Amino acid sequence: MADLITYREAVAEGLARELRRDSSVVCLGEDIGAAGGVFKTTAGLFAEFGKERVWDTPISEQAILGVAMGAAMTGMRPVAEIMFSDFFACCWDYLANEIPKMRYMTGGQVTVPLVVRTANGGGLGFGAQHSQAVENWTLTIPGLKIAAPSNPADVIGMMAAAIRSDDPVVFFEHKGLFASRGPAAPEGHVVELGRAAVARQGSDVSLVALAATVPMALAAADLLAADGISAEVIDLRCLVPLDMECVLGSVERTSRLIIVEENPYQGGWGGTVASIVADEGFELLDAPIRRITAACVPLPFADALERLVIPNAAGVAEAARSLVAY
Amino acid sequence: METDTLGAAADDGASPAADASPAADDGASPAADDGASPAGGASLDSGGLLGLYEQMAVIRRTEQAAHDLFLAGLVKGTTHLAAGHEAVAVGASAALRPDDYVFATYRGHHHAMARGATPEECLAELMSKGTGLCKAKGGSMHLTKASAGMLGSYAIVGAHLPIAAGAAWSARLRGSGQVAVAFFGDGATNIGAFHEALNIAAVWALPVLFICENNLYMEYTPIGDVTAVANPAADRAPGYGIPADVIDGNDVVVVQEAVAAAAELARSGGGPTVLEALTYRHFGHSRTDPGAYRPAEEVEQWLRRDPLELARARLAAAGVPADSVTAADERAKRTVADAVAAAKAAPGPDPGDALTDVWADGGSAWRT
Repeated sequence: MADLITYREAVAEGLARELRRDSSVVCLGEDIGAAGGVFKTTAGLFAEFGKERVWDTPISEQAILGVAMGAAMTGMRPVAEIMFSDFFACCWDYLANEIPKMRYMTGGQVTVPLVVRTANGGGLGFGAQHSQAVENWTLTIPGLKIAAPSNPADVIGMMAAAIRSDDPVVFFEHKGLFASRGPAAPEGHVVELGRAAVARQGSDVSLVALAATVPMALAAADLLAADGISAEVIDLRCLVPLDMECVLGSVERTSRLIIVEENPYQGGWGGTVASIVADEGFELLDAPIRRITAACVPLPFADALERLVIPNAAGVAEAARSLVAY
Repeated sequence: METDTLGAAADDGASPAADASPAADDGASPAADDGASPAGGASLDSGGLLGLYEQMAVIRRTEQAAHDLFLAGLVKGTTHLAAGHEAVAVGASAALRPDDYVFATYRGHHHAMARGATPEECLAELMSKGTGLCKAKGGSMHLTKASAGMLGSYAIVGAHLPIAAGAAWSARLRGSGQVAVAFFGDGATNIGAFHEALNIAAVWALPVLFICENNLYMEYTPIGDVTAVANPAADRAPGYGIPADVIDGNDVVVVQEAVAAAAELARSGGGPTVLEALTYRHFGHSRTDPGAYRPAEEVEQWLRRDPLELARARLAAAGVPADSVTAADERAKRTVADAVAAAKAAPGPDPGDALTDVWADGGSAWRT
């Protein structure tokens, strides 16, 4: 077994590898320099690369993304951090109107090769304005690629792919996974964007998950195995490009689909996956498609309440049992 | 920089409208404003000035053509014409290096042309032709000519100020000696992105110029009605530690000199400058606006300070023969007439282009 590293260490390692490899890569964000980031996801970078590669910004989300965009249009590969994904609302113009539209509306004259990293999702008791899973916000915008890794090796490999991409990539790092551990990725590890992974093979039901719902689905699969139900877990990894070939292939093997997402049912990314399977995979199904989602409420503060709002392994397993019995 | 007259007017707390026309009020001729050589700008000879005049004449005629083509049903959507603002674009462009970056607003035809986009490319874009600058995918509000460093026209007010700061940051990181220029309207000074951009540009000492085209109206509302200071851009700059000047935006020589000095400062590591260029639009805010809210006397006063008139006066003072000016006008007229004809004759957009150019690979696929 290779050495284990944490998800949070993998973020810094992924950034460091690209900063070493390509002098046009430059990082910017609030407290990412000497402080190492509020989640310590940029720890060590300032010491190794210095202030000309790792820039502390004011609390100015519009300036962070606007500056990153202008630099990306003129030869750099900036990696901008927005501290909490909830703060996308403060710079939404850049994510919704500027960065994704520039190439199209100039007839292909301009490329915007940048990465927007952000800490996403709930489970840490940060309350309603620091806990949302907002990957569905970005999914509504044509022109953004969306990555959301579930484990340290994927963080490193997908970070490499995101930074090397000539398209803008929003890179969701899940707060609930920062302390989780996994094998470190070998040098040169790159995970192509838009390639889902089969995280566990199974034959009775497919659990399609993303980021923090991947370990949740794997835990559910363990529970189901005890009941003699074989669950396959798909780690979607990216929402754009969306690897529906992998999902449809899994449904073909299992004939049952449960989508496990931290977005609310209303407007969550699982709606898109469900719609494609209903359209293109209807005849593969032996049961209705089920979506296990967050409740459609702002995230509550108290642990006891937050647990009721965010999906969990037991709930996923229960849904799977009912689907297998359908 | 040529700021004394206008700066003094700003200091006495007069309204922007009053500030904006001092040269007309005090009857000073453009040559008297300059107070230096009869040829005007320090680095502009009379031949150079004639060239700038011709560029302005081409822009003026192109804007008039855009207006006429709209009325003829050949331009759709909307337009925000820059007639009256020509000296800001042409004067600034004359002061910049070819590899510098320019970012404009949805009122940006003049900046595209000042940086080298042809009237034909611009009009074709407005007319939804495949030969347009952006393959008819951008339109009037998004004219862009990246190959000439004209990195876009942005239709969300103020959004491009941080983006220009980013291009300047990139220039600094690469040690290229380039500067970036963001042109924006007076209305943009009240949006958050303006303030975030000025702060980060100052803190990082970025080689960026923030040039406000203050035409006295945010859209339909006088800027003075919604801003507590007389000079919406220049009066905010000191709060960010940025030097600022209020300049005559209708005098191409004044603009050229002020931008040259600010660019020099930026290139030498001196950081950003805010220039507030007082000017006036000859048309309404957009296609549907006749501009009826503007007092007739004010309009008349500003039309007397038409940038083309001021440039003609400078040319006469510099001893440029009237024939040469007439010839420049004739060339401009022909250029734009040819551009209109060519744009009209051009094919429409390629239907295939509706689904290209989302991604760097040229396509728009969102699934693998």
